[in-house]
Amino acid sequence: MTEITRAEVCAAACADAWRDAGEVLAHTAGVLPSIGARLARLTTSPDLVLTDGEAYFMSDPPPLGRTAADGGVVEGWVPYRRVFDIVASGRRQSMMGASQIDRYGNQNISLIGDWRRPTRQLIGVRGAPGNTANHRTDYWVARHTPKVFVEKVDVVCGVGNDRARGGKGLRFHDLGVVITNLAVLDYGDDGRLRVRSLHPGVTADEVHANTGFALDATGAPETRLPDGTELRLIREVVDPGGLREREVSRGAGS
Amino acid sequence: MGDKSMSLEDFAGTVESGMTIGIGGWGSRRKPMALVRRLLRSDVRDLTVVTFGGPDVGLLCAAGKVRKLVYGFVSLDSIALDPHFRAVRERGGVETAEYDEGMFVTGLRAAASRLSFLPTRAGLGSDVLTMNPDLVTIASPYDDEEYVAMRALRLDAALVHVNRADRAGNAQYLGPDPYFDDLFAMAADRCYVSTERIVEPADLLAAGPAQSLLISRLFVNGVIEAPRGAHFTSCDPDYGRDEAFQAHYASAARDADSWRLFRKTFLDGDERAYQEAVAEFHANRDGQEEGR
Repeated sequence: MTEITRAEVCAAACADAWRDAGEVLAHTAGVLPSIGARLARLTTSPDLVLTDGEAYFMSDPPPLGRTAADGGVVEGWVPYRRVFDIVASGRRQSMMGASQIDRYGNQNISLIGDWRRPTRQLIGVRGAPGNTANHRTDYWVARHTPKVFVEKVDVVCGVGNDRARGGKGLRFHDLGVVITNLAVLDYGDDGRLRVRSLHPGVTADEVHANTGFALDATGAPETRLPDGTELRLIREVVDPGGLREREVSRGAGS
Repeated sequence: MGDKSMSLEDFAGTVESGMTIGIGGWGSRRKPMALVRRLLRSDVRDLTVVTFGGPDVGLLCAAGKVRKLVYGFVSLDSIALDPHFRAVRERGGVETAEYDEGMFVTGLRAAASRLSFLPTRAGLGSDVLTMNPDLVTIASPYDDEEYVAMRALRLDAALVHVNRADRAGNAQYLGPDPYFDDLFAMAADRCYVSTERIVEPADLLAAGPAQSLLISRLFVNGVIEAPRGAHFTSCDPDYGRDEAFQAHYASAARDADSWRLFRKTFLDGDERAYQEAVAEFHANRDGQEEGR
């Protein structure tokens, strides 16, 4: 078997986010989260519900990055209006991206600068506030840099632990993990991000240097490698086209 | 049943400056683009536009028609951001009310039910409340829960595009997703439906089941036949998004000179001229492809 790539380590780490998730809708944004959800469905979480990213639940998903029009088996109808009902029901677990994220897991995808006149308009808050208010939310960061991991996000879209604990009403708030191209992060009892594991070949200094706030990775264990079954599934079933290698390059940390 | 069919010209006369207009569809999907293009050619201005935005937002902003944007997002789907939207935001050119997508739907539902607000969890703890300082939370009267009181997004007029409709205003979608077009219709004082084809009521079920009859004539004031009226957004299954043309739009929108040329070529004439110019655009592209 050829050498295990960084992208494949990330795929297995993403899959672990849905371990024991039960019969919930797996929502993903980005290639590696999609691979992770599909891998989890084929291994540890067979009850996971997948969609084609458009309007259908898929008992057998279409090829990665495609819709039901390109294959797979439909098991239900989930137009956008139903998505928001499912979000409110809590039967969903999401792995979203983050343009900025702070030490408490506050996430920003809306804009950079002042909201009245942004220096850079991004995609908008989208569903992040509702996701973090209603069900478990994880984040995927394909490029771990100090520009992403910041002291203070410009707009709180996904709600962090400090705000969730400070206010009323967020009893379903549940931040899980942050998976990056360098490491797997989770949250300590104080609600702050900590390093759960470093991907093979990544040093504690590298994570420290690429994070815009204090994040000590000293002594963190190595992220687990995908086993033989997982590697075969990633390479032959879930992502035979190798889309994962375009999102996370082979070189360490780049 | 009354005949509510009207021309694009008649439709243009129904929209006045200062009105709040809801636009159906989702991103760059099933947008009532023929209606939007007609508004571009009118002297209407100071609109408040309420939408899951796509190129409708970009075009109306570029034409200086918009005072305030109320949106769940603005995206061209296969192109993340509409360049006109990005530009108008980055120069502070319009007022905005940006909501979480679920909050936006809650606001439409409140308006459709003639309520002034509906409670939702979405938005709690987030800066959506900071960016919309008039948005408040409300204590549950039954327990110690707290919710966002999402205000109703009541509309003066809703504009939607569907695959088929009859003259009375019964409107049918044939793609996989209704989006929220029926809610837009119910949240509005008046609703104008553009359609690929006007058919007889007896022929509505020829293309899809009764469940595809999305909007009842109860909520419709005008029906405008506009073949390819969602172009360049998608109108499945009649046609998909015109990706080549959308890329051309986005590219032109990034540069003032290119945009002037785009406007002259595609937008300054009427709807027929637009569709002819698009056909020519593709004919030239095909010619170039063959010449390679």
